[in-house]
Amino acid sequence: MAIAVEQPAVAPARTTRARLASVPGRLVAYLQAAPLALILGFFLLAPIVMIVVVSFWDYDFARLYPDFILTNYVDTLGSWVTWRTYLNTLKYAVIVWALTLFIGFWVAYFLAFHVRSTTMQTVLFLVCTVPFLTSNIIRMISWIPVLGRNGLVNAALLKTGVVSAPVEWLLYSDFAVVLAMVHLYTLFMVTPIFNTLMRIDRSLIEAARDAGANAWQVLWNVVLPLAKPGMAIGTIFVVTLVMADFITVQVMSGGQSASVALMMRNQMSLLQYPAAAANAVVLLVLLMVAGILRVVDIRKEL
Amino acid sequence: MSKAAAIDIASVSKVYGTLTAVHSISLKIPAGSYCCLLGPSGCGKSTTLRMIAGHERISSGDIRLGNTVVTDLPPARRGTAMMFQSYALFPHLDVADNVAFSLKMKGVPKDERRARALEMLKLVRMEAYADRKPAQLSGGQQQRVALARALITDPEALLLDEPLSALDPFLKIKVRAELKKLQKELGITFVHVTHSQEEAMALADLIVVMNEGRIEQAAPPRTIFERPATAFVARFMGDHNVISGRVVDARDGAVTVEVAGGGRFRAVGRPRQDGQADIAVRTDRVRLGEEPADGLGFTGIITNVEYRGATVKLTASGAGIEDFTAIVGDGAFFAKPVTVGEAVPFAWSAEDAIVLGRLDS
Repeated sequence: MAIAVEQPAVAPARTTRARLASVPGRLVAYLQAAPLALILGFFLLAPIVMIVVVSFWDYDFARLYPDFILTNYVDTLGSWVTWRTYLNTLKYAVIVWALTLFIGFWVAYFLAFHVRSTTMQTVLFLVCTVPFLTSNIIRMISWIPVLGRNGLVNAALLKTGVVSAPVEWLLYSDFAVVLAMVHLYTLFMVTPIFNTLMRIDRSLIEAARDAGANAWQVLWNVVLPLAKPGMAIGTIFVVTLVMADFITVQVMSGGQSASVALMMRNQMSLLQYPAAAANAVVLLVLLMVAGILRVVDIRKEL
Repeated sequence: MSKAAAIDIASVSKVYGTLTAVHSISLKIPAGSYCCLLGPSGCGKSTTLRMIAGHERISSGDIRLGNTVVTDLPPARRGTAMMFQSYALFPHLDVADNVAFSLKMKGVPKDERRARALEMLKLVRMEAYADRKPAQLSGGQQQRVALARALITDPEALLLDEPLSALDPFLKIKVRAELKKLQKELGITFVHVTHSQEEAMALADLIVVMNEGRIEQAAPPRTIFERPATAFVARFMGDHNVISGRVVDARDGAVTVEVAGGGRFRAVGRPRQDGQADIAVRTDRVRLGEEPADGLGFTGIITNVEYRGATVKLTASGAGIEDFTAIVGDGAFFAKPVTVGEAVPFAWSAEDAIVLGRLDS
């Protein structure tokens, strides 16, 4: 009886297996991987290959000439200006990273541990994102009336008699660039850190208190180590954004400072695509090396 | 290892806004005893434990540990250690660092604290796993690490919040025996929160049955089992049938009640002021197929028969009683089996029916 019932169920399974057997097992695996491989190849790999290829081309004021020359790299790496620009970009990245990490951590910490109700947490988190409803450029430009020579800050300082002449370094300076970048990018640090902090089991904090840890010891020995993955993700966001930023640097430094991305944009506006491509390749290689080191670190920490 | 401390809870309450989680409870837990706080979820047993531990503020009342009033002390200065329900092991630290955590907080040098942690791990037979992360351990192993971490602080009382709930049934029984053995060896006070009657009966010197933020009964397991103080305890422990009714006669230390359905039952005890009484009848002392003496039995219709191996559980209704349970031995049952729908007389002896009290609220 039982056998008779089972037989029809077995038969279709056998035909399916037979049909699959006509396609070699390895090919099936490749077919399954194909859609993602195609998407990545088309939108990620192909553009990068194109940039690398173009970076070896020749150009003049009007045209590009397919070629294989190293001039673009020699020009890029051989110029003192390039190195200074890279260093400047790196400086921005480090300062902005440190500030966003510090501010971002404390904002996330406050949201996750000091705001008790989930509704309030959601509301406050949404408040953090409200500035993002306007464009990047508007948010940046709105600093100008605040920081300018006749701006709010200077007016207040002059009125209260703290200074006798307007403070010049508030706007069109590295200070202004860093301030604007921190303002723009802190949320990218808050979000991943908030996320990891929310996932910390609250009984771990109690267990630490039970073992005699004071508030700072809990923070240092429990919360910070467990927040590391979020910090790593936030770091990747912020560093990538700062590295690619040109508009903030241009607007807030008043054209007095440069970044790698700004340099590339200038080259492109002069139709020097191969030079910009060479620059892009150098930046990519630098970031990839840094990235690989970071990833190794993150794995160790997890 | 260390001296045990008695825990004295004096009219302690816990109020959350308008909700009272614990209603002015008083309890004395003798030094070196194994105490189980038992009750359904939401009865306030965990809150009570957390107030003893210092993880929950006490709204009113006082808690004394030994000779110290610990009401306003932080957890680490009370001389208690807590073992958390989910063990709360630090996922980023290895087993030895988890156990040594409290020593690190005190600023003990690294070598010394690792050495002492290893010693403590030996006590729970986990020294071989010192370099593992908690995620690489099984539930039972995590439980032992959590135990070692709590004990390294050399506490006078160990507080365990449902320590066995995350383990599978087989392991539960094994670990339970280990806990009891450890408590005997260390000689310190254990306070163990659980919702399992079986666990409490097996472990405790003192069972505290709680319901809706009040203590229903605090007594040794045998007293809880044989003489439940209230209808709640009798029902919760599950070994008694509770019959509630109006008192129609009370004399010579015995009470007769009449249930709504008309049946009259007699039991040892005194009636309450309001003329109502609850009677408890031991389920395992009910006899089947025997004409009952006056007020000591009834005839009911069998509604369910459950075979349990050594015993058979029968459920019956009749004489105004719903879901009356009788546990009979398999020998007695199969000598004269009954089936669902059959009308069968149930009888019990006078000493197996007692009158239950009620909490004065």
